[in-house]
Amino acid sequence: MENILDMTITELKGLLRKKEISSVELTAFYLERIKKYDGEILSYLRTTEDYALDMARQADTKIAQGEDAPLLGIPFGMKDILCTKGIETTCASKILKGFIPPYNATVIEKLNQAGYVHLGRLNMDEFAMGSSTENSAFQTTKNPWDVSRIPGGSSGGSAAAVAAGLCVASLGTDTGGSIRQPASLCGVVGMKPTYGRVSRFGLIAFASSLDQIGPLSRNVSDCATILNVIAGYDPLDSTAIPQKTPDYAASLGQDIKGLRIGIPREYSIEGIEPDVKKAMAESISLFEKQGATAVDITLPHTEYAVATYYIICTAEASSNLARYDGVKYGFRQTGKDIIDMYKKTRLKGFGKEVKQRIILGTYVLSSGYYDAYYGKASKVRTLIRRDFDEAFKKCDIVVTPVSPTTAFKTGERTEDPLTMYLSDIFTIPVNLAGLPGLSIPCGFDAGGLPIGLQIIGQPLDEARMLQAAYVFETERKVKKIPDKYSAKT
Amino acid sequence: MKITKEIIENTAHLARLELEPHEVDLYTQRIDSILQYMDSLNKLNTDGIEPTSHAVPVECVLRDDRAKRSFSVDDSLNNAPGRIGSFFQVPPVIEVEE
Repeated sequence: MENILDMTITELKGLLRKKEISSVELTAFYLERIKKYDGEILSYLRTTEDYALDMARQADTKIAQGEDAPLLGIPFGMKDILCTKGIETTCASKILKGFIPPYNATVIEKLNQAGYVHLGRLNMDEFAMGSSTENSAFQTTKNPWDVSRIPGGSSGGSAAAVAAGLCVASLGTDTGGSIRQPASLCGVVGMKPTYGRVSRFGLIAFASSLDQIGPLSRNVSDCATILNVIAGYDPLDSTAIPQKTPDYAASLGQDIKGLRIGIPREYSIEGIEPDVKKAMAESISLFEKQGATAVDITLPHTEYAVATYYIICTAEASSNLARYDGVKYGFRQTGKDIIDMYKKTRLKGFGKEVKQRIILGTYVLSSGYYDAYYGKASKVRTLIRRDFDEAFKKCDIVVTPVSPTTAFKTGERTEDPLTMYLSDIFTIPVNLAGLPGLSIPCGFDAGGLPIGLQIIGQPLDEARMLQAAYVFETERKVKKIPDKYSAKT
Repeated sequence: MKITKEIIENTAHLARLELEPHEVDLYTQRIDSILQYMDSLNKLNTDGIEPTSHAVPVECVLRDDRAKRSFSVDDSLNNAPGRIGSFFQVPPVIEVEE
């Protein structure tokens, strides 16, 4: 089992095909590691051991029969926001405790067809609202690089599990940075595809015009392999883009000579840690050495992105979360009449941050304030989108830090929502503009905490971003798993 | 505008949320400071700018209106906290029985 944690999905599939390992053995290897290490990291809410081993046995049968599929026999962790038929799906909220979806999200259907193995459900901020995974109703996930720190969020469980080698890869969701920021803080690869590239059907909605599903993995090759599986049009999601998807994995390995890399001036804000700045500068020169050209660009409305985002996402959330009323599924608190039942159910079922966002969202949509807040934010969103349209006339990709800082201490920002919100300043504009964004590890700070580089692409141009990321990864080898967890078991 | 406890209580009612007294205080203070931050958007002139509700232009998707298999009654009701036969069970909607 040596080096198994360092292998790509393609390499693992080679071992499976040659019968050097079975999917049941690979699955048991990961389940053992979860037992051994996750008591400390708390990335999984629940493992689905029997279900996983059953899927692994089926994969082994297929492999024995000479069948192939892109993820056949490969164990995944799943963010607990993606509806999985017959498997409890809670969104890390008390209000969905015990909810067992009668259907699969489209991405889960696609993973099933691709032959994956489902190890368990990964922790997250309740309803994906947060940047630290501290808003989970059930547990606070730790950063594998320093367990006194947060793993980022909201896909903190997904990032921590990948970083600690507790699954081959995972899926997360990204509304304002919820894949890229935890990927950055945990030192793994994470991608938010173009809005509409991946079907949102069966993704429990937070902010429907911003949410997007994407992979988290230990290398770029796996990111491309998984995107190949989950991308594509879906008649069940009216916002899915009806376009053919290229073979992302096949396009890796091309050089980046002549690639124009936009460096936005507005992203040199106060509050960026010096080590993050240094890692950025080194990353840009690495790209230049590989034949790319750095171009100075401007995104003048960046400073308005966080305010715009929190108006739009809370407005959409207040509407999306109206469905949790104690009638159709999940938790119910009894009341003297139906309104009282709704109110008490939502009082007891939702956590502090979720209630705050529902109230804020209801307020910005309420009569008399709609134009001042939601209407205004929707117009500023147009300006932010146009900034990128202009920038992409001068460059092919944009490169920025993912986060101004490395992972902060657990509890450090929980009482200060604005500081927490501002930690997403570099990722939020990408969601507002619907663009694809990728986080790739680019180094460590003086304290040994991972730093992530963000590559932003043009709409539907994930292939080019992945090519650039692949070149970067090949040239700059960054350790993916902390020593403590890389011990072979 | 200064956010008051009354505004928070009224908004919570609209959102069908009961709040504990300490939550009313907490949200009054927090939402007031968040909205002050959001007021920064007013520095921008957005006259004549079209709003964006979806970053990717979304057209209304049409499909043929054909009957398809759907969830069974049990599949639909299995997650309900209260059920009578093939119905969701809820507390009285019209009048309160003592």
